[in-house]
Amino acid sequence: MQLFPCPFCGPRDETEFHYGGDAGNARPDGADVPIERWANYLYLRGNPKGAAREIWVHMNCGEFFVMERDTVTHKVVSSTALGGELAA
Amino acid sequence: MTRRYSALSLFKEGLVGQTGWRQAWRSPEPKPSYDAVVIGGGGHGLATAYYLAKNHGIARVAVLEKGWIGGGNTGRNTTVVRSNYYYPESVELYGLAHRLYEGLSKDLNYNVMLSQRGMVNLCHSTAEMEIGARTVNAMQINGIDAELFSPEDVRRVAPIYNFSPDARFPVFGGIWQGRAGTARHDAVAWGYARAANRLGVDIIQNCEITDFIVEGGRCRGVQTTRGAIRTERVGMAVAGHSSVLAAKAGFRLPINSYALQACVSEPVKPILDTVVLSPGCGVYVSQSDKGEIVIGGGLDRIPSYAQRGNLPTLETVIAGLLEMFPIFGQLKLMRQWAGIVDVVPDSSPIIGPSPLPNLFLNCGWGTGGFKAIPAGGTLLANLLATGKHNDISRPFDLDRFASGRLIDEAAGSGIAH
Repeated sequence: MQLFPCPFCGPRDETEFHYGGDAGNARPDGADVPIERWANYLYLRGNPKGAAREIWVHMNCGEFFVMERDTVTHKVVSSTALGGELAA
Repeated sequence: MTRRYSALSLFKEGLVGQTGWRQAWRSPEPKPSYDAVVIGGGGHGLATAYYLAKNHGIARVAVLEKGWIGGGNTGRNTTVVRSNYYYPESVELYGLAHRLYEGLSKDLNYNVMLSQRGMVNLCHSTAEMEIGARTVNAMQINGIDAELFSPEDVRRVAPIYNFSPDARFPVFGGIWQGRAGTARHDAVAWGYARAANRLGVDIIQNCEITDFIVEGGRCRGVQTTRGAIRTERVGMAVAGHSSVLAAKAGFRLPINSYALQACVSEPVKPILDTVVLSPGCGVYVSQSDKGEIVIGGGLDRIPSYAQRGNLPTLETVIAGLLEMFPIFGQLKLMRQWAGIVDVVPDSSPIIGPSPLPNLFLNCGWGTGGFKAIPAGGTLLANLLATGKHNDISRPFDLDRFASGRLIDEAAGSGIAH
């Protein structure tokens, strides 16, 4: 069982968290977004092996945050409240 | 000098002390160039090489495997073979695989131990029964064998299920596919390797791709830990590591990699002679020919490249198993393992050209690549040989994510995606 650090609640059981996608995957804005740009935003993923920056949600407090993590060792490097990661 | 397996060759070898058996496949040094290169020595990669040689007459082929053949997901699955899917595109794809599996032992001269013991997807409510009837209808219309099971039918094929009145997941019926079953997973890899080798394919193990050779905007070969290999056609069948190779080739894929766990119990006498899947419990289970109870469940909750799996998911799976079969509470678990699977938003594979010309994809099988090995190999071989789709692979092209023609088989894939 792994503990994940919620920036608001501290270390909590991994089962309380839900994965929310790549950090920095900005939603396209405006009326003339090309189809490929929408497809990239909706579907394409970095899916890195090793160091990753990801959006997670702590389901108990409902807060979204950014976690830096290694996808091979599962070691957590940092966990911070959202900055501009969801903005276009 | 025994090359072909038969009752007669077994008998002859018995007379000479089993001294004449030959190596099943060579371990050659990589050549500087090939007509085609297949990355990934799992079931799909080896099948691709075999069908390139057999169906298309292209035998100057190398299969490059970073570890050992069949050491990835081919050696880490739960060996179920089935084609109980919903959409016509999927039925064409998995139906092709299922038909090829039925003739595979003969085709490869290698016993893959296909055992068509049937599979039941349980329904635990009247609502699930309605969806079950709809699925059975779709399968029958698409020409796939399917039957809607009553609770009595389920009791007939799986009498040890928890049918007690206070069962948490009572049985209302199920979706039955009688041709479904299991095959020996290692034998599929070894059989394809041996048959491809006989046709001239070079199987090169311990050979990792470090980069792609790109000239004039096209893929012209690969850099490996064993030197550069030039070719005009590269196929990629590396399951959970597709994104890693795609990054080397300069593009991204609609894939998240997750660990998928499975485990087996100690071997016991025959007690379960079919494959049982319960969506409610999130578990599917069968008994191996050795007697082990083979248990699989849903994906781990965390994107991961660690081939080990985590405890919370295993606990969920075991809890679900004991809801289904309380009698298994006395079993000891022998082994637990995980493979890294490539999960796509619509739970259907990606087969087709990649954004880098000359590089072709076979990936995104998620939790169910094993059952599709013969089809994945046939279709990637066709793409490598002709450069074009055929009718079966066309709907699974990468372009479906831009066009919106998704094939959402989240239900057909069987377990939670």
